[in-house]
Amino acid sequence: MAKNIQMKNVDIYYGKFHAVQDVNLSIPPRAVTAFIGPSGCGKSTVLRTMNRMHEVIPGARVEGRVELDGDDIYRPEVDPVEVRRAVGMVFQRPNPFPTMSIRDNVVAGLKLQGVRNKSQLEEVAERSLRAANLWNEVKDRLGRPGGSLSGGQQQRLCIARAIAVQPEVLLMDEPCSALDPISTLAIEELIGELKKHYTIVIVTHNMQQAARVSDQTGFFNLKAAGQPGRLIELDNTEKIFSNPTEKATEDYISGRFG
Amino acid sequence: MDEPESAKVSMARSSEAVPSPASQPPKTNGTQSKDMPQAKDLDSRPRRRADAVFRMLAQGSGVALLVIMAAIAAFLILQAIPALNADTTNFFTTLNWAPDGTPSSFGIAALAFGSLLTSLLALVMSVPVAVGVALAISHYSPRWLAGPLAYVVDLLAAVPSVVFGLWGLIYLVPGLIGPSNFLSTYFGFIPLFETNGTYGKSIFAASVVLAVMIIPIIAAISREVFVQTPRDHIEAAWAIGATKWEMVRTAILPYGRSGVVSATVLGFGRAIGETIAVALVLSANYEITLHILQPGGNTIAANIANRYGEAGNIGRGALIASGLVLFIITLIVNFGARTIVRRGEREGA
Repeated sequence: MAKNIQMKNVDIYYGKFHAVQDVNLSIPPRAVTAFIGPSGCGKSTVLRTMNRMHEVIPGARVEGRVELDGDDIYRPEVDPVEVRRAVGMVFQRPNPFPTMSIRDNVVAGLKLQGVRNKSQLEEVAERSLRAANLWNEVKDRLGRPGGSLSGGQQQRLCIARAIAVQPEVLLMDEPCSALDPISTLAIEELIGELKKHYTIVIVTHNMQQAARVSDQTGFFNLKAAGQPGRLIELDNTEKIFSNPTEKATEDYISGRFG
Repeated sequence: MDEPESAKVSMARSSEAVPSPASQPPKTNGTQSKDMPQAKDLDSRPRRRADAVFRMLAQGSGVALLVIMAAIAAFLILQAIPALNADTTNFFTTLNWAPDGTPSSFGIAALAFGSLLTSLLALVMSVPVAVGVALAISHYSPRWLAGPLAYVVDLLAAVPSVVFGLWGLIYLVPGLIGPSNFLSTYFGFIPLFETNGTYGKSIFAASVVLAVMIIPIIAAISREVFVQTPRDHIEAAWAIGATKWEMVRTAILPYGRSGVVSATVLGFGRAIGETIAVALVLSANYEITLHILQPGGNTIAANIANRYGEAGNIGRGALIASGLVLFIITLIVNFGARTIVRRGEREGA
């Protein structure tokens, strides 16, 4: 488990629109990398190229290389379905499957992979829910619908669902932006534990959150609306927030714009 | 003392507000004064009147609908009672339709059975196809094709049923002889496909015509529901490594289920109420048989179309009684479907 990600000369397009320009970065395993930057700067788009989720949108395409432990996930013979099993994702809004029970939500990915063994599914459900710090809250009602949980619990359920298939990497697209402060704290603590086992990349609008949870931070920006977003700099979180190399980063983190 | 001051203020305001929109001075005037004029101005009459008019329209339409439904039911019952009284045999079990004979004898059994059987067979054939068509348009075809396809399906849903009936009579009935022969020869051990050796205007032909007729309407409604599946659900499925079909199964079908049920009920309603298309491809008799390939079969609606012209007083009453049964069947099916949908929603909540 836990692989590194390299992006080399990555350009991302939606149809004719050049969304992100020339991203080069390296994401180490078993660490948290945070992406910050103003709205529309392409940080979520970059995140979504890491498990080929962006190509769900018609017309979206990528140039350059995105490597998972040196293996280019955009080679023509690579199946995006396999990529997404290796690179899990948690979204901005908690999105458990509304008609499935809590248990079925957690093991949905495993079931898709053909696991039918009941005791194995039970075991994975418990392990994943424990890892997502949700087990004690839901162990007595695993048969209830996933939608019956609170927003913060739903988000942890989604994390449990993502880690149930034991991915190499966990992508989080603003996982706390729809949550209250207490739920946010619970998720942040969870991220701290998960990074022992997984490579984590998190997009956040909240700079304090990036400073709290991440080991390295990437700052994305765009020159003007309609221009492609770019990675301005990626460095140790401490350095980004105390002594960034680029003027634009300093302006952003000190709240002078964005 | 109060009055002149407020007047002065309002005057000052209005002179001040010369460049601004004309609606402003009276408004400030209204909020400044304290007695009767204030209450009068807060009560913005024109808007209230629109509210009242709209409420009356909406409530009136709602009540009118209920009254019309009740009136239809009352009409059917009142017209049916004399005929039901004249019936010398059991209305629910008799396999015969001779209301104007002496003695009068007619029963709903064969007709209700035929109506339900043709409609159910039509649903069995059409729902999977219609859901497939809807998915093909909503999630499988490229965008340049999806638009025209959806449009064509909507158009097909509006084709008058007599056109389907004529197509069934002229093309389908002869065309089904071969396949029917095949089915009865090789699958004749299944009661459904057993025949007496003759083929033609059969329950099967009627079901196929009905199926073709209701596919567009079920597909059109299902498509509408499928395209509304929240992005969240779809992305959740993709993100756990679902293939396209698995995404459809875990995200789109559960979300669209209640809509598909509603569409199916609507299709059922069209199928069971269909008169002319069915009348054209059935060779009316009054038997109850599961042998759907051989000539025969009848439905309530087709029977009304076939027999109304020749019916006497009791005959018309008898047909109306059969219409009442159709009305009740439709109500029961609608109610049942609503229960299914509601249970699905409660599970999802």
